[in-house]
Amino acid sequence: MYRYIVNRVLLAVPTLVGAAALVFVLMRLIPGDICMVRLGSGGASADAHALAVCHAELGFDRPLVLQFLDFAWGFFRLDFGMSMWSGKPVAEEIAARLPISLEIAVMASVIAVLIAIPLGTISALWENSWIDHVVRTVAIAGIATPSFWLGIVSILVVLDLSHALFGAAWMPPIDYVPFWQDPLRNLSMVILPALTVGYRYSAVTMRMARSAMLEVVREDYIRTARAKGLVERLIINRHALKNALLPVVTLIGIEFAFLIGGLVVTEQVFNLNGVGRLFVLAVQNQDYTLTQALVMLTVAVFVFINLVVDLLYAWLDPRIRFG
Amino acid sequence: MMKTSGLAAAGLGTALCLVATAGLGWAADTPKRGGTLTYMIPADAPPSLDGHRENTFATMHAAAPFYSVLIRVNPDNPSSTTDFVCDLCTAMPTPTDDGKTYTFKIRDGVKFHDGTPLTANDVAASWRAIIHPPEGTSSARESLYIMVDKVEAPDPTTVVFRLKFATGAFMPALADPFTWIYEKAILDKDPRWYEKNIMGSGPFKPAGYEIGQSIKGVRNPDYHHAGQPYLDGFTAIFAPKEAVRVDAIRGDRAAGEFRGLPPAARDQLQQALGDKIVMQTSDWNCGNVITPNHKKKPFDDVRVRQALALAVDQWHGAPALSRIANVKTVGGVVFPGSPLAATKAELETLPGFWPDIEKSRAEAKRLLKEAGAEGLTFELLNRNVDQPYKFVGTWLIDEWSKIGLHATQRVVPTGPWYEAMRSENFDVVVEANCNSVVNPLLDVQKYLPRSVFTENYGNFDDQAEIDLYQKMLHETDDAKQRALMRAFEKQVLDTQAHAMVVTYWNRIIPLRSYVKGWKIGPSHYVNQDLADVWLDQ
Repeated sequence: MYRYIVNRVLLAVPTLVGAAALVFVLMRLIPGDICMVRLGSGGASADAHALAVCHAELGFDRPLVLQFLDFAWGFFRLDFGMSMWSGKPVAEEIAARLPISLEIAVMASVIAVLIAIPLGTISALWENSWIDHVVRTVAIAGIATPSFWLGIVSILVVLDLSHALFGAAWMPPIDYVPFWQDPLRNLSMVILPALTVGYRYSAVTMRMARSAMLEVVREDYIRTARAKGLVERLIINRHALKNALLPVVTLIGIEFAFLIGGLVVTEQVFNLNGVGRLFVLAVQNQDYTLTQALVMLTVAVFVFINLVVDLLYAWLDPRIRFG
Repeated sequence: MMKTSGLAAAGLGTALCLVATAGLGWAADTPKRGGTLTYMIPADAPPSLDGHRENTFATMHAAAPFYSVLIRVNPDNPSSTTDFVCDLCTAMPTPTDDGKTYTFKIRDGVKFHDGTPLTANDVAASWRAIIHPPEGTSSARESLYIMVDKVEAPDPTTVVFRLKFATGAFMPALADPFTWIYEKAILDKDPRWYEKNIMGSGPFKPAGYEIGQSIKGVRNPDYHHAGQPYLDGFTAIFAPKEAVRVDAIRGDRAAGEFRGLPPAARDQLQQALGDKIVMQTSDWNCGNVITPNHKKKPFDDVRVRQALALAVDQWHGAPALSRIANVKTVGGVVFPGSPLAATKAELETLPGFWPDIEKSRAEAKRLLKEAGAEGLTFELLNRNVDQPYKFVGTWLIDEWSKIGLHATQRVVPTGPWYEAMRSENFDVVVEANCNSVVNPLLDVQKYLPRSVFTENYGNFDDQAEIDLYQKMLHETDDAKQRALMRAFEKQVLDTQAHAMVVTYWNRIIPLRSYVKGWKIGPSHYVNQDLADVWLDQ
């Protein structure tokens, strides 16, 4: 087991190096120059001398290979450098945004799991019944509805409903407060985005849970268990569900990793200062160091989540052993 | 008797009512102390907090309440283009030495937030950093002070500006709201300290900054304007999306914003909030500028550039466009309403402003035919900003189609937009000329060739235009200066058609009705220190 984990961690190294090289090259292929944007935004003058100073300051006057080696060495030491746009440490920029993204990702995942697994299972067990039809309709609607649209509508519904009921429109706060500082304010801010994201997430997971469960309940060992006279609930909970969860866990892992940096539009709809918004800003501003760090963070999260998912396989299915 | 008494009573009652109403009116206009103003900044976090370096309203709206300036536009009359008052000085000076020397006395007892006394040395050091930024730093406003020779602080209470030549452009330039006074000791130690830190003498002290989220301030008890500020503090939330801002104002999560909303958002808020929202509107010292790339054929031909302007029906287009975009007033190179601005009759002689659009378009077609550019196909480079860039760009393409031109719009984010302009990789571009304090002599620098003004992207040289500008800048007689401005405008918009000016923007500021004391001006940079703002709650 430990050897397997070490192997997986070592295998992550070429993945990270490949991602680093790719993002390094791609960022430099995008037309534009952060110095021009920084010095010239709003009509300020950006003369050749100022540009040269800015380029030297950011290290653009050095050969690309050296720039890449600097970046790789910094990453190896977990030193991501300074944001080219704000001049603040990249770690500080990300740390300011990560808690909210993480909180929403966790909440959305919990919501998704709580909705998807029971409903997906019920839907499979009562295949083609009215319950199944309702669950499938809810799932398809969830997949078809963009989270950001749902977010916009949910805010408007809250505004209109509160106005109709209490005479004054109410909406969730638009400035983030950490949970430990003011739990109520924090939850009132994150609950709507978590629900809207969680709904789409649960819809995808629900479909997967249903089809996995449909496959498993038709397996010979389930038939055998039934023939042995085992209680149905025991068959489903102990034998069917655990096996059906294998693809579902994979999906949950991928979706969770995506949520860390992928909620770009939802974050904008709810004015959440998260990693997704930072990602867009970093690319728009051509902030190489910040973009590179964010890509590497995303890759690292994916690698870590995949490792966790693989380890969960062994717990869910004891037949799986790590060599 | 009874009748008389009744009439007397009625009269007294009426009088009391009037007194009461007047009293209420008086009470409503008397600032109340206390409360925290929450407003939104329609942007992501600014690149830095240094007002000397930046030119974005995101920096201004976030950090102006922490700083003082030497002089400013009168906060009670921010619409004025000539009403300047002291902030740190004791009296507005009378220039000496044929208008080339301005001596300011600095207020006594002003302190920075760290308790350090503010002296003339701090004022002079800050101004030197703005006018002649030290090596390794940049100033966004160097070009505004081409007339300044040196800034001196002969004693701790006196600052002297010595000019190279007398010009009416100096005082409005001096009132630029970005010219924050920094602590000399800090500037001497690290000229870039202010990019990430705040240390001013303004009405509020910093109380927290969450990158990209919010910035907070609390009342400065040592503020040098007695009794101000009225607020206990403020919270400014960065909210770049318009829908968020509209919802937040509706749900009273924020009391408003200070940049400007489009008409649709205004209508939506007014419908939802009725008398709980107050809209202030003003012409905006911002106008879209359409620049053809003179290095690209056929835009090297003045007839083609003139045809572009002649095709556009500004007089009918602007009112229609104003219903969906934050644009309104038709103007030339000078902000409409300013004494140096063209009158309607004067504008109507220039391409793009002819009153008879059919005649104008016929002339455009004739010029295109003469230049061999009939049915020309080209690309219009535009910035990925809805209001009003994309609306204006789409409207222009439709207007040009009426003379047989086929333009396609290439909309790109701000970075690549600048890159394309600076690398001369465009046919025609939609840009803007946005300024703070209305100062026509400096505001029109945008139209000068790149050899003089680095942010002109037309890629042309025009010595006649430069000469006209220099003459105008040095002219101190108002009438002669106005005549020169007309000649300059004709050179830019007609004779050479270096650029087109399309519709000045319209500033619509929504504030919850309990927010008092703030008055709109023609710039989103001006009047943002919040010292006068109070809450009627």
